[in-house]
Amino acid sequence: MSNPIEVTLTHRMNLPDEENLLDRMAQGVVSTPMDRPEGPLKVSGTATYADEDHPPGTAYGWFVRAAITSGRVTGLNTRELEAMPGVLAVIRDNRMIRNPAQGGDAKSPHQGPSEVFYKGQPIALVVAETFEQARDAALAARPDYKDRSDRAVILPTRTDYEKPRSKQSSQGNLDKAMRNAAFAVDVEYDTPSMSHAAMEPHAAVAWWQDGRLTVRGSYQMLNSNAQELADALGISVKKVRILSRYVGGGFGSKLGIGHEGVGAAIAAQKLDRPVAIALHRRQVFEATHRRSETRQRVRLCCDADGRMTGIGHEAWVSNLPGETFSEPVTQATPFTWAGENREIGHYIGRLNLTGAGSMRAPGEAVGVPITDAAMDELAEAAGIDPVEFRLRNIPEADPSSGKPFSSNRLADCIRIGAERFGWSGRPKVPGSRREGEWLIGFGMSGVIRVNMLGDSTARVTLRPDGTALVETDMTDIGTGSYSVLTQIAAEMLGLPPDRVTTVLGDSDLPPSIGSGGSRGAASSGSSVMLAARAVRGKLAERMGCDEEDLTLKDGTAIAGNRQRDLADVLAGDILQGTGTIKRGAAEAHHRQSSWGAEFCEVAVSSVTGEVHVRRLSGVFAAGRILNAKTARSQCMGGMIFGIGQALHEEVFHDARDGSFMNRDLAEYHVPANLDVPHIDIELLMDDRDPYANPMQAKGIGELALCGTAAAIVNAIANATGHRFRSFPITLDKVLEKLG
Amino acid sequence: MDVTLTVNGTPHVLNLEDPRVSLLDALRQRLDLTGTKKGCDHGQCGACTVIVNGRRINSCMTLAVMHDGDEITTIEGIGTPGDLAPLQQAFIRHDGFQCGYCTPGQIMSATAMLEEVRQGWPSQMTGDLGRPELTDDEIRERMSGNICRCSCYPNIVDAIRDAAGRTGGTAA
Ligand code: FES
Ligand code: FES
Repeated sequence: MSNPIEVTLTHRMNLPDEENLLDRMAQGVVSTPMDRPEGPLKVSGTATYADEDHPPGTAYGWFVRAAITSGRVTGLNTRELEAMPGVLAVIRDNRMIRNPAQGGDAKSPHQGPSEVFYKGQPIALVVAETFEQARDAALAARPDYKDRSDRAVILPTRTDYEKPRSKQSSQGNLDKAMRNAAFAVDVEYDTPSMSHAAMEPHAAVAWWQDGRLTVRGSYQMLNSNAQELADALGISVKKVRILSRYVGGGFGSKLGIGHEGVGAAIAAQKLDRPVAIALHRRQVFEATHRRSETRQRVRLCCDADGRMTGIGHEAWVSNLPGETFSEPVTQATPFTWAGENREIGHYIGRLNLTGAGSMRAPGEAVGVPITDAAMDELAEAAGIDPVEFRLRNIPEADPSSGKPFSSNRLADCIRIGAERFGWSGRPKVPGSRREGEWLIGFGMSGVIRVNMLGDSTARVTLRPDGTALVETDMTDIGTGSYSVLTQIAAEMLGLPPDRVTTVLGDSDLPPSIGSGGSRGAASSGSSVMLAARAVRGKLAERMGCDEEDLTLKDGTAIAGNRQRDLADVLAGDILQGTGTIKRGAAEAHHRQSSWGAEFCEVAVSSVTGEVHVRRLSGVFAAGRILNAKTARSQCMGGMIFGIGQALHEEVFHDARDGSFMNRDLAEYHVPANLDVPHIDIELLMDDRDPYANPMQAKGIGELALCGTAAAIVNAIANATGHRFRSFPITLDKVLEKLG
Repeated sequence: MDVTLTVNGTPHVLNLEDPRVSLLDALRQRLDLTGTKKGCDHGQCGACTVIVNGRRINSCMTLAVMHDGDEITTIEGIGTPGDLAPLQQAFIRHDGFQCGYCTPGQIMSATAMLEEVRQGWPSQMTGDLGRPELTDDEIRERMSGNICRCSCYPNIVDAIRDAAGRTGGTAA
């Protein structure tokens, strides 16, 4: 075949988009509830995840993990282990890492397996002919330690918190506002350590060929993951290829290169054969990342009319020494609600616990439910309906910076949601509605998640037969990337979606921001749109018209009264567009966020303390919705994540050594099918945000989670007449208050 | 030791030198049938669900050597991308999955579960013990051994109800 005719288009997002190009296209596939193109593979078990399709001769690795909390590994019964059946190598290599990289690090995390920072840290790797042999040998490991666990800091109450100046802010005089307010609340809430618990355990298969490393792993951000891995190994990033075609859930736990990737690469190099490492579920709990526990103090005050005059939000979180990430709990607090007096505090403790990292909606997932539950307390104190109270306090512009909102649909979401849910039927007096043993209550919450863009590149190839290929290193972790990128290319090129093939999850492809922070679809989608637009430009030339005057539909090109088949226009040529979107000034001048509101009905058993979520309803605005089906599923997933957060999920750290006492899926409770009622979701399909990106689409993967727990806990307060300020709201806590 | 597993109708003789190999690992690593997933290796998630002699089980919780002569159905035996079973099609239509990792287990579990209901097995949700009906709560209860962290449960319930309706209560 001939060489492609190449054309590139780069766009920096400095100014708001005025073209609204996708609305002007003719194919009509963007935003439709198209089925996922990879669906047939996933439902038939033929989609290939990390620990599958092993190359011939693959050996298996299993990590030896520290049995102390702090100290040094001084020796290991290596000879004994090497003599065990099937064992090929016992590896302690200084390139091994302490904990996975944080999202977007693009450099190796802390290295060196000999210094122990938390119990369960991988300290050696055993590789054997079979999985069973590797596991058996690793469990026979007897490390020697210089044990300094007595100096480890396990409990948040035992640490001095850092107070980074850049993370504190203050406006006006909150203390004074609190004193002078008609109504005020000053409350403390806490949320526990949590675990992502993606269904696919972290896994990697590594092999070297001609000095180049290939790792098939389960990762979310391949461009930075390749850099992290290369840096850890001390080789050029050009020598590293990472493949993650299908990722069995991530939720942030696979943002950075992990033990399995680095370990498999080192072992495969040493043994000169492919090595596979799949973390066991308990290793996933203890040796990847957790969401930090938080303690939060919220101060809110308002005047006699329920207009807020002040907000204080302080958060205490933790991480390992040296980690730059800390759960950005207060991220949405500066801009969500009105009030001229503000104080934001962010304090970081250094604990000898499994490292903390990003978990679905880092920040808002735990921050918004707490501020929102406190809002509910203030509304109650002021004697104002919670819906009305929130509507009264939506600011005109970001009150902390004065910047205008790029778009703010919070009020719309609240009003529409209240109507859909039947909010007017809410029990007016807390604890007043009873059905036998069950206490019934309604609750609601505002839902807020900041919107971001990330630099991304994609390539779109239009082939002589009028089919197209979309390529980028973007990943689909269940989010719908395969669907939406296919739809965007099909829309721009006027092709039925089945004539577009989307190939993702290969770090050799043009670099995208990857999946994280709800940026993926908007960022990589914009790059696909730009790449396809470049191709449109070439087609327009051939049709002798301006690009604006070119209509592409059902595989034909139309200009004026001329209509030609694409194959005819292409005349055997291949057109290849490369599109790049870059962050720009648009985000600096306007406050961007996705918005929503959620409503919940609970029934609380006065006998067992059990909480049943009977109804859960959400309305969301996230700019252009790229696929109504996958977007709805993302919202559903977020809301159910929120049920877990409100009612079930909590990592119990052993107070003596910090280890996870519930490091499996039987004891760490995520929602199961019967925990979940029918879920009602409305997406505001007319929403557009011109400041976000050329597609005017915003993030939706994390949004729905950022409020659910408040809707539930507020409903529990309405049902029982009691406020619960320690998550999750388990039976014991309920019974204690119900007496 | 030689073990004969009949998987999706095809007999496989496995020379299992190591009795510690679970049925799940035998399928995935020895027979290269990786449609069956490993989520926990502890019987806690349902990702590894297969049907053995007509009953759904967690294949991580049983050793391959215990299944000499057994008939095993895995997701690969339910339908292929070009020839999907009604239940698989319903999962696609209703978006009963996101990442897809729990999905083979969900579909295997649902396939066997519909048969259990058809045969009149009651569950915790069954009112009249003699005649379980396929209500949403019955589906939820009977599918609660299959965790989906992407949390597609309402869509999974819709898919199962839809497929069962189209086929008169059986999955095939
Ligand atoms: S892998 Fe068998 S139940 Fe989880
Ligand atoms: S689809 Fe991801 S766990 Fe179920």
